[in-house]
Amino acid sequence: MSDSDYFIDAINLVRYFGETSAVDGVSIQIKPGEIYGLVGSDGAGKTTTIRLLCGALKVDSGNAVICGYDVITQTENARSQLGYLSQRFSLYEDLTVLENIRFFAEVRGMKPNEWLPRCMEILEFVGLANFKDRRTGQLSGGMKQKLGLASALVTRPSVLLLDEPTTGVDPVTRQDFWQLLIKLVSAPLHLPPNSTQSYLGGVSRPKAVGEGGGVAVLISTPYMDEAARCNRVGFMRHGKIIAEGTPSELRTMLKDRILELSGAPIKQLRHIAQKDEDVEDVRAFGDRLHLRVRGDKAQVVIDRLPSEIRSEGAELNRLRSIPAQLEDVFIYLSEQSYE
Amino acid sequence: MILRLSSIIRKEFIQILRDPRTLAIILVIPIMQLFLLGYAATTDIKNVPLGVWDQSRSPQSRELLDAFRSANYFNIAYEVGSQDEEQSLIEEGKVRGVLIIPPDYALHISEGDAQVSMILDGSDATAGSTALSAAQLIGQAYSTQVMSDQAALSGRSTTIKPPVDVRTQVWYNPDLVSAYFMIPGVIGMILYAIASILTATTIVRERERGTIEQLIVTPIRAWELVVGKILPYVIVSFLDTFEVLIIGHWWFGIPIRGSLGLILLTSGLLLLSSLGIGLLASTIANTQQEAYLTVWLTLLPSIFLSGFFFPLEAMPFFLQAVAYAIPLRYYLIIIRALLIKGVGISAIQNEVIALTIFGVVIMGLAAMRFRKRLD
Repeated sequence: MSDSDYFIDAINLVRYFGETSAVDGVSIQIKPGEIYGLVGSDGAGKTTTIRLLCGALKVDSGNAVICGYDVITQTENARSQLGYLSQRFSLYEDLTVLENIRFFAEVRGMKPNEWLPRCMEILEFVGLANFKDRRTGQLSGGMKQKLGLASALVTRPSVLLLDEPTTGVDPVTRQDFWQLLIKLVSAPLHLPPNSTQSYLGGVSRPKAVGEGGGVAVLISTPYMDEAARCNRVGFMRHGKIIAEGTPSELRTMLKDRILELSGAPIKQLRHIAQKDEDVEDVRAFGDRLHLRVRGDKAQVVIDRLPSEIRSEGAELNRLRSIPAQLEDVFIYLSEQSYE
Repeated sequence: MILRLSSIIRKEFIQILRDPRTLAIILVIPIMQLFLLGYAATTDIKNVPLGVWDQSRSPQSRELLDAFRSANYFNIAYEVGSQDEEQSLIEEGKVRGVLIIPPDYALHISEGDAQVSMILDGSDATAGSTALSAAQLIGQAYSTQVMSDQAALSGRSTTIKPPVDVRTQVWYNPDLVSAYFMIPGVIGMILYAIASILTATTIVRERERGTIEQLIVTPIRAWELVVGKILPYVIVSFLDTFEVLIIGHWWFGIPIRGSLGLILLTSGLLLLSSLGIGLLASTIANTQQEAYLTVWLTLLPSIFLSGFFFPLEAMPFFLQAVAYAIPLRYYLIIIRALLIKGVGISAIQNEVIALTIFGVVIMGLAAMRFRKRLD
């Protein structure tokens, strides 16, 4: 795939706030039909990266291109390809659901005879059709996020930038939200604006310029289960992407280095494990512990630790090597960058 | 472009109609200002409560009192019987002055050397000085009349003429009603204050509530956003202007002698400045409260120095010079001249030029500072 085939193509983005570098040389390329997850702890630079990509903030250096349009020099063209959902709810609470969608449809250039069927279709899609006349301020948190997504989608953008869209939303709504996203990516949105065909019905359609199929989605999230659903994930720390790959590629970074330990009392087990010279980190995962061991030392620890535990008078149920989870990788990477 | 603009304008109107606070500013404040300033902020001194200590109790003294009564400046509210009573009435503020007619008044008036005394409460300088000159005028007029009457009785000349007769003619406002001065000012205040406050807060509100973030990523251009957001307030400001003009005309009897087209044109020029001030404040402030305070910071000196309350000529030279930097100053001269004098463009052309320059410069500065970005 050539560079121009990326819907999002950002090279070496840099942004300072005073003396602090918020984004420090971030490069991201995302193809159509791909969901790219941006993860990292608070203050890592995820929101600033997204704001740089949509031109809400100006880059100090670097270059961002959205669907072939330079964000800095062809800002409005680039924005016309974008759907953006900010971390903070940013629709009008004193307008109704339909008035909000209509407003954003119209300012994005949708003609009066187009917006109503399109808005209803989108509201149907996100499950808000029955609430179309309700004031937005009276919606629940989850409904607001769905409305945000609906307004970002109303003009069938090629690129979706979603900044922590599910933070503070209940698990059921999170599930719904992801179902919507996956549906979107698999059922592309690039019908010409005046087309009457439904993009949700999976009908055949002409391809848009540079389109490889579907929407390019960049989503930032603090949830690792959400990151695991992305096609690719970038880990951010101190304004840099310190690791990037598919979830399984990232998990292989800690191949054979995670042990699962269960037993009682958990506090004592943790203490014993932390004392082991080959154990780098111990974290609680529910009622179990995840031990990250030094490279090639998994078997050594599996052989050594049970006798330690017994000699200290604790009870061991199970100690085994398990595949790393993204959360293990996230913690590992976070610590790496501190060192 | 037209579609984008019209959808911003429609959205703004929906929000105005659904926001009780904005509605109150738009609908109630102009009327409140109009009635408060039309009635309360008046310098017309009428019916000043007066105490009378008539020690003469003669037909002559009653004649003098009638002269005071008929002038409408004084309302004889109390009959005073002693010095203590006189003092306590003034101290308690029940009367603004006391007219003392001595016991031998009737005798002396026939001899042509009668004296009466007037004690005035000087704690309110405006009311005091007006009452003073009113009392002197009434006294003079009455003495002239008495002299004429006495001359007629003694068979001499039938009329006595003062050596100099100043004949005054008051143009435009023959009764010198101060509402003629205040109400055109209210129009200026509304165009200046309400437009700038509403513009500043409507833009900052988008930032405060986070909605600006969603607006920024739409293809709306910065100027479309500005025009779309302030145009509804231009319309609202003109509606307010008409509201004040209509009530001012029908209720307070303020004449509208100049051309309505010129009134609208010059009001539009003032709006350029006030919307620019609002827009400029919105680029500085982060919250609606900050925006409100920033606008008030510029409004307060403007109101006091523009000639809204006090005539420009009454201010010290230094402050008169400062007032040249205030757009409202020019508009107040224009609107008073247009409404009350009914002048044409040539009489106010300098003010119109100044107002245009201020409008273009302030709006230009604001537009330069306004960015459709978060930083």
